[in-house]
Amino acid sequence: MNGQLNRLALVAVVMLAALIAATTYWQAWAAGSLAAKQDNAVELVSQFEVSRGLILAANGKTVLAANRKVKRNGQTFFFRRYPTHGMAAQTVGYSTSALSQTGLEESLNDYLTGSTTNLSNAIQRTLDRLGGGTVYGDNVVLTIKPQVQRLAQQLLGNRCGAVVAMNPRTGAIYALASSPTYDQNLIDKRGGYAKVLKTKGTCGDSSALLNRTTDGLFTPGSTFKMVTAAAALDSGAFTPTSGFNDPGYCVEYGKHVSNAGNPDQNGPETYGNVTLAQGFQHSINSVFCNVGKAIGAKTILDYAKKFGFYATPPLETPANQRVPSGLYQNGKLWFPKKPQYQVDPGRLAFGQERMQVTPLQMLMVASTIANGGVVPRPYIVDRVLGHNGSVVARTRASNLGRAIKPETASALTQMMVSVVQGGTGTAAQIPGIQVAGKTGTAETGINNVYTAWFVSFAPANNPKVAVAVVLEKQLNGFGGAVSAPIAKQILQKILHR
Amino acid sequence: MLTAVGFASVYIARKSHVSAASLTYAVFFFALYLAAHVVARFTVPNADPYLLPLAGLLTAIGLTEIYRLGPSNAFKQGLWVVIGVTVFALALVALRRDYRQLENYKYLFGLGAIGLLFMPLLPGLGQTVNGARLWIHFGGLQFQPGELGKIALIVFLAAYLREKREVLAQGRIKDWGPLLVIWGGAMLVLFATDDLGSALLYYGIFLAILYAATARLKFVAAFVGLFLIGSVAVYQGTPHVRERVINWIHPWTTHKVFCPLTGTMTLRQDCTSYQEVQSLYSIAHGGYGGTGLGSGVFTTAQGHPLIPYLSTDFIYSALAQELGLMGVSALLLIYMVFALRGFRVSLAANDGFSKLLAAGLTFGFALQTFVIVGGILRVIPLTGITLPFVSYGGSSVIANFLVVAGLMLVSDRANSS
Repeated sequence: MNGQLNRLALVAVVMLAALIAATTYWQAWAAGSLAAKQDNAVELVSQFEVSRGLILAANGKTVLAANRKVKRNGQTFFFRRYPTHGMAAQTVGYSTSALSQTGLEESLNDYLTGSTTNLSNAIQRTLDRLGGGTVYGDNVVLTIKPQVQRLAQQLLGNRCGAVVAMNPRTGAIYALASSPTYDQNLIDKRGGYAKVLKTKGTCGDSSALLNRTTDGLFTPGSTFKMVTAAAALDSGAFTPTSGFNDPGYCVEYGKHVSNAGNPDQNGPETYGNVTLAQGFQHSINSVFCNVGKAIGAKTILDYAKKFGFYATPPLETPANQRVPSGLYQNGKLWFPKKPQYQVDPGRLAFGQERMQVTPLQMLMVASTIANGGVVPRPYIVDRVLGHNGSVVARTRASNLGRAIKPETASALTQMMVSVVQGGTGTAAQIPGIQVAGKTGTAETGINNVYTAWFVSFAPANNPKVAVAVVLEKQLNGFGGAVSAPIAKQILQKILHR
Repeated sequence: MLTAVGFASVYIARKSHVSAASLTYAVFFFALYLAAHVVARFTVPNADPYLLPLAGLLTAIGLTEIYRLGPSNAFKQGLWVVIGVTVFALALVALRRDYRQLENYKYLFGLGAIGLLFMPLLPGLGQTVNGARLWIHFGGLQFQPGELGKIALIVFLAAYLREKREVLAQGRIKDWGPLLVIWGGAMLVLFATDDLGSALLYYGIFLAILYAATARLKFVAAFVGLFLIGSVAVYQGTPHVRERVINWIHPWTTHKVFCPLTGTMTLRQDCTSYQEVQSLYSIAHGGYGGTGLGSGVFTTAQGHPLIPYLSTDFIYSALAQELGLMGVSALLLIYMVFALRGFRVSLAANDGFSKLLAAGLTFGFALQTFVIVGGILRVIPLTGITLPFVSYGGSSVIANFLVVAGLMLVSDRANSS
């Protein structure tokens, strides 16, 4: 009988050895792919055992996202709190105890939980874990200047709109304000999320969660004339002194397109003989209508592309919280196959047609002009610091390539300076500093209700900051009247004037 | 004795990791182990010296993890261990002269086994847990009689097959009668209780003892064939079993499937295979070294349990997370050593009944470990049975201590002569 018993023993040993092999498979071989599964509740919860990294403003002191420690069943969990109660709320985002995440909290989750694969990081983390201590995530320092951000949110107030400011040389973002906004601390509170969803701005939209700076699409109106002018000059078709005759309208498809549709005009309805530069200064639609007809929609759209249109602008926030600018057809980004037949070049030239843009994109256009024609790559994360203070990652300023020639950029700068000096944007004048700007007042389809824009940079001879301001649904609100003063205050704050 | 002190110190060290106050547990457990050891010294002085320490070690690991998962359960489990050790001591005292007298009551054991297996089906006594009727309850106590039925079945099979092994080997049809009754009984249990795990276990033990007794692989093959036919029938006829098999083959779906639990369309990993999948996540989270005792993730951040039946059927996935690959490999090696010692006892035994009894108990122990851990690890379809000595559950503890008692009685007799 012992032969059988030996064989049975072998069977038992093989069965138990198979269990060791299977355990090895799950714990060593398949562990990585299991950890990456969406429904892995164990990994989700274990993230709360990590002391999540802080999100700090540019000064390294203002804490935008911190932790609150909670002990439960003898285990320590770290949940989020937001000490500033909503500074740059849509950009910083939130991370709840149900682990729904938005904004940088979502896109920088790997850094914040310390799970980025960096050798010294991994060693440190293993030591923390083996020692039974808390595992710390990396801290993130943003380029956001808290005073500027606070001022921008304050200036927007209850109005729906956005303010974006950045360094046009480097692309470092100083402020990304979107209004209406919310306090991220509410999200995890009972009934708080519903309250946030109901938060309304004066425009009547309850969209506090929407990051209008990068995810909001607006009709650019006359601010788009920067792109048209860039195309007109850079392609060599026109010079700033090219002459136009303005009868108060432009003829398109046999019909009059009247200047009256452009409320930016402070002067007379009809300018008569003007140059391109004067047309830009006073934002004369008929001039740009004729420019558009002359160079064609394709040239304009091709230049728009060089400025970053038709691509999702780069930023560290989640890609699904940024949208590209361009022509939109039935709610979808649309690049016409035959622009000469499908797009009205005259209306496109002064920023109507079906052109939809984000505030960040318009800021990139102004920054490119300020930067001598090279498109700066916007960024908001300055550096990532380990728990011990060592630098884990640092953003180096870079660019997205050249959009226009330096001569074009300087000619455009001159034209933008004249807008503030004696054109539609005089409300942005700052004593002692040359401000370059462009107003925009886009029709909304409702009489006398406009989308009011101001896009600017200063000082014009040595640009240090660029600002874009947009306000939605402004009754009789012209860009030069309501948005330019906000831009002015932001410029002053950053330039200390 | 040395081993005893060794494992106790390990136990104390692990306990103090969880909480210093739990030292009383360790002291109490150590005293209990000493008592069991003393009883064994006097009743079966020549028994295999490794079996009891190994069982104690496994019990201690189980108790520690149960304590970590829910201190109130650990207290109850502690009581069950006291009862288990008492039963162990009583069995040793009662049977120390000659346990082979059990052979005379083999039919009683056979009928007892069937009675115990069917007990949960009695109206008013049985209780359905997790789709299977395995439990009976009187008062506040839950009991799984099938665990004891397993032991009774092993005693019956060992006795019956010892007697009939020659005639069976020659193939006399009439002697198959009682065996076929047992086969039918096991299949009926499978049908009636919807419990694939226990059926697999009883049946595996039956085949092992049959093979050991007759050395005829063709018998084993024939019964495996019958089992497969029965299994296919069960698979066709029982949604519960079919669900288990589907969860085993495709625990993850990328498209939504019908979820019978909620009546809606959802991903399978959010529905019927949730438990298996989260348990695998738990194991994977442990990695090589584990999170360390007390640091594993078993609840949501709000404190709700992530994996149902964690301290009973799924205790292995809790241990795998906290002890890691190194820890649970060591645990499985303990099981392996225990099984090898058990077979050694069987090999050393002088008579057929003793050999078959020891082999049956040992193989049952190893197979039970394989069925539950293999189920958790997706080696076979998941069926809910307990992990010997480690899982939370009174009937399991008592049955396992009876296994140890049986093996020690056999080895004492073999070593004495």
